[in-house]
Amino acid sequence: MRVALFITCFNDTLFPETGRATVEVLERLGHEVAFPEAQTCCGQMHFNTGYQREAIPLVRRFVEIFEPYDAVVAPSGSCVGMVRDLYPMAADLADDADLALRIADLAPKVFELSEFLVKRLGVTDVGAYYPHRVTYHPTCHSLRMLKVGEAPLELLRNVRGMDLVGLGEAEQCCGFGGTFAVKNAETSAAMLGDKIRRVLDTEAEVCAAGDNSCLMHIGGGLRRLQAGVQTVHLAEILASTEEG
Amino acid sequence: MTPKTKPPDAFSPGETPTFEVSARESLADAQLRRNLGKATQTIRRKRAVAVEEMPDWEELREAGRALKERTLRHLDTYLLQLEESVTRAGGVVHWARDADEANRIISGIAKDKGAGEVVKVKSIATDETKLNEHLESEGIHAFETDLAELIIQLAGENSSHILVPAIHKNRAEIRELFLRELDVEDLSDEPKDLTNAARLYLRKKFLNAKVGISGANFAVAETGTVSVVESEGNGRMCTTLPPVLVTLMGIEKIIPRWRDFEVFMQLLPRSSTAERMNPYTSFWTGVSEGDGPQEFHLVLLDNGRTDVLADEIGRQTLNCIRCSACLNVCPVYERTGGHAYNSVYPGPIGAILTPQLVGIGKPGPDSLPYASSLCGACYQVCPVKINIPEVLIHLRGKVVRHKQDKGTLRQKLDPENVAMQAMAKTFLDPKLYENAQRLARVGQWPFARGGKIRSLPGRLAGWTAVRDLKPVPKQSFREWWKEERG
Repeated sequence: MRVALFITCFNDTLFPETGRATVEVLERLGHEVAFPEAQTCCGQMHFNTGYQREAIPLVRRFVEIFEPYDAVVAPSGSCVGMVRDLYPMAADLADDADLALRIADLAPKVFELSEFLVKRLGVTDVGAYYPHRVTYHPTCHSLRMLKVGEAPLELLRNVRGMDLVGLGEAEQCCGFGGTFAVKNAETSAAMLGDKIRRVLDTEAEVCAAGDNSCLMHIGGGLRRLQAGVQTVHLAEILASTEEG
Repeated sequence: MTPKTKPPDAFSPGETPTFEVSARESLADAQLRRNLGKATQTIRRKRAVAVEEMPDWEELREAGRALKERTLRHLDTYLLQLEESVTRAGGVVHWARDADEANRIISGIAKDKGAGEVVKVKSIATDETKLNEHLESEGIHAFETDLAELIIQLAGENSSHILVPAIHKNRAEIRELFLRELDVEDLSDEPKDLTNAARLYLRKKFLNAKVGISGANFAVAETGTVSVVESEGNGRMCTTLPPVLVTLMGIEKIIPRWRDFEVFMQLLPRSSTAERMNPYTSFWTGVSEGDGPQEFHLVLLDNGRTDVLADEIGRQTLNCIRCSACLNVCPVYERTGGHAYNSVYPGPIGAILTPQLVGIGKPGPDSLPYASSLCGACYQVCPVKINIPEVLIHLRGKVVRHKQDKGTLRQKLDPENVAMQAMAKTFLDPKLYENAQRLARVGQWPFARGGKIRSLPGRLAGWTAVRDLKPVPKQSFREWWKEERG
């Protein structure tokens, strides 16, 4: 199986450690990972903020770059949601029937990391060791767009040494929402405040999620408060072993 | 007593504030936050239980969606069929292109009957047309009889929820309001006492009114039957006691057949009040001699709905049965409340319905599609499967394209537009993109202190108001890949 890593521009630039961890987990499971270096951004920020004409060329690029692979894996539910759920809408807007057909072929091959591991490969134990108290925030796009369900939790339950604690009102949005966090900064902050309260209630030292965008928002708030809770991407927990 | 009129909103003449400006005010109101948080969390939990016990809930949602979609596709046919059925049953059907036409038809009927006062039961369509204000200008006082509508009318406020218009008020606040406005001597804040005070006041209104005005939840094309679904019974009094009944209904409220109630009467109560069946469901078909109103007028309102229908993505908005489940699960609504939307239709459904009904190009309504983190909780609970996030994104596109193509020079030179154009060009070329990554690393030095960024300039300042920002690390993923695997 030719597996391509779709790193996402956000992780590429701001969270390279998540990309390295994703490669490590996939390689540990015996897969060869390709990184198509022409990739940049899937166009989500533009598309969701209304700059849809500007996003269409990015959609075309993405399809051209990734369609040769058997599977495309990204450590981000949100960017995968863009490709799977919103690319068809972009093709409609571009009034491009050929693009729509190519998207229909490509979209089912694009996976968020946890759903690729659990649903596509049938793996729930990746041999990870992580001796910390961890709570998990199921990000909205993983949960409601991709419907990854229990996949991330199944993976986390098999991590050795870890104390996994449930998060109250877990399914409620953290308030990130892309440009929402800037355009409606006060409302976003109010949502963040409640999410942080729930995280602190768990007394965990780590808050994990499958999307670094949400984690940057939650973690940014936790750090400002000197709350003593770290945010860590799911891929990094799965990549951790007793050897380090 | 002259009833108070409501503050202006998106459907009034003039401009309304943007969502972010109005939200700031609501977010700072601790009492409102407490009232709303408590109310939405309670109803959310109850709804989940009421839905959980239905083994065929997903099939019902799909049936509701399919029925609405088919009805809207053949709306012209069903509307004519409804006109015929209502006329056959002794009612009079009026067609109103817009709010003004609807208001003139209704005030014409009231004046014709010599009515100086009318009683109304909760009808959001009449709030949309600003009927009360119009009637007042014609010297006719309109009295709201739904308990929550009465409360906000006495307070001179707008509704903040589709189903529970006074959700922003707690009982202590309602007690104070009643003591002040209803001329009662002594009153506790027990729900029983509060409703009793309202009942005494409303009974007189019901018995004296010559004209009753209602909204409609459904109208059946094949039989001409109109239906109102409610919890208090005030609606039933309003639709049966006055000798003349006028119903104002948006044209999308039509259902083809009587048996379609099978689907909607299961979907609506569970989604809205988390009840298996709501306490009062009234049906009337034209007029019945010697029983109830002897004159019935049905006013069919367009007011922008046919424009919504013409939009392939937007038209699903017209599936809405006004259950308000999307408001109760919305994390934005839960914190800002309904007034921040400056529309008779608040919450997620309002954020997509309002700008479509009033048209793109007005600052207030244009800000509504952005009043969402696109978390998708609304779509998940919608009983008629309106993909609200999809419509929000679609409308954001329309707002941006309107600014870019028809906007002022200032709108075209808006920093957001300029930045978005530049970034789109950067993402198209890996070389430019890699340069931008390096530039970000260099450009952040004035802001990065001790391994974090604590303040950003301009529009990005909202981020660092409550959050630190992690600086761009020394090596991007692609640089690592080239070094290790290249």
